[in-house]
Amino acid sequence: METSAKNRSSPAPAPPGEDPARLAAFEARVARGESVEPKDWMPERYRKQLVRMMSQHAHSEVVGMLPEGNWITRAPCLRRKLALLAKVQDEAGHGLYIYCGTETLGVDRTELIDQLLAGNAKYSSIFNYPTLTWADMGAIGWLVDGAAIVNQTMLARASYGPYARAMIRICKEENFHKKQGYEILATLSAGTPAQKAMAQDAVNRWWWPSLMMFGPSDKDSPNSAELLRWRVKQKSNDDLRQRFVNLTVPQAKAIGLTLPDPDLKYNSETGDWEFGPIDWDEFYQVIGGNGPMNRERLGARRKAHAEGQWVRDAAAEYARKQAERSRTAA
Amino acid sequence: MTDKPSDQGQLWEVFTQPEPGAPHEHAGSVHAPDAEMALQNARDTYARRGEAVSIWVVPSRAITASNPADAGPFFDPGNDKPYRHPQFYKGPKEGNKD
Repeated sequence: METSAKNRSSPAPAPPGEDPARLAAFEARVARGESVEPKDWMPERYRKQLVRMMSQHAHSEVVGMLPEGNWITRAPCLRRKLALLAKVQDEAGHGLYIYCGTETLGVDRTELIDQLLAGNAKYSSIFNYPTLTWADMGAIGWLVDGAAIVNQTMLARASYGPYARAMIRICKEENFHKKQGYEILATLSAGTPAQKAMAQDAVNRWWWPSLMMFGPSDKDSPNSAELLRWRVKQKSNDDLRQRFVNLTVPQAKAIGLTLPDPDLKYNSETGDWEFGPIDWDEFYQVIGGNGPMNRERLGARRKAHAEGQWVRDAAAEYARKQAERSRTAA
Repeated sequence: MTDKPSDQGQLWEVFTQPEPGAPHEHAGSVHAPDAEMALQNARDTYARRGEAVSIWVVPSRAITASNPADAGPFFDPGNDKPYRHPQFYKGPKEGNKD
């Protein structure tokens, strides 16, 4: 039951270092493919890694609403507007699923949201790029959600039960996100030369940041080995990235668009599409807060939170009054 | 974790019934100041695509759960009674068709 960790009136005392026997039993369970549930004993480091990873993931869903929310009022027709509204609402839901999963590890959602608003939390670097044209809605759905699907399909088998279950829900909904984006680009690509150029420009801008979404190469990723050993992840960042490239190259071809990488070539022995070097300096710049839209995104998030304050206040006041009334009536 | 005084309301566990006749299953949790809003939040969060025909919300603190550390002895009374299963009983094949 996922309530348990949240219900404890005080957190269990942290073990003085980890008990080697418990740790061994835990690792054996995980290696057998068993799920870890909130009340189960787990190494503090496992709990910390999950809180870090899940909260970053939840924040990414929430911040991810902003670049697209930006275009809702400017969608070219009602059909596109309905789809975009529904997609952005889904992202809010995905954020909630994952915050709820993170709370089972004994953290409070308010703390996590406060960290995000204070600018102390990380989220996916991809959302710090601007959405300049309508074609960006296509590129985000196709590439950004496409990359997220590859990652989340793996996470749906993560060792931590509440995280895996949240991912299963999310994966069921993401395919619509990807397909509506692909349809936008296919339509533009088959349109006037100006429309096709707009589609190509969006793909040119979103391709490399999408590859960076999988994180640094495993040899440079401080967390990879541990996450793989504890079966939070089953595949390395590089494997997932390669899988995404292999899936995407033929899809680009099918709608008459190219990917902005002169080194892209098929290796018939491995069956992989090999790609050129990724500019990791850019990645670290964006992660470090110097992306084109970092300040703008946080500003928009803070504004939305502040503007929703009266709704939260009114709901709390209504609940208080109702409770008071039922007390006096009794 | 206690419900801290914050404007997110208390925590509720959500159970959804996917179709008539099916059991309610745990879907996740929501925050809400009262039961009515908890139901509405649960619908918006866990039933955007017709995933539920019925929803229960329960204050999280009202749930008591078994402890995994005691799972062995706790469930033991159910594990050593093979005579509760039909395989325990023998007889001619003809007589044992369902």
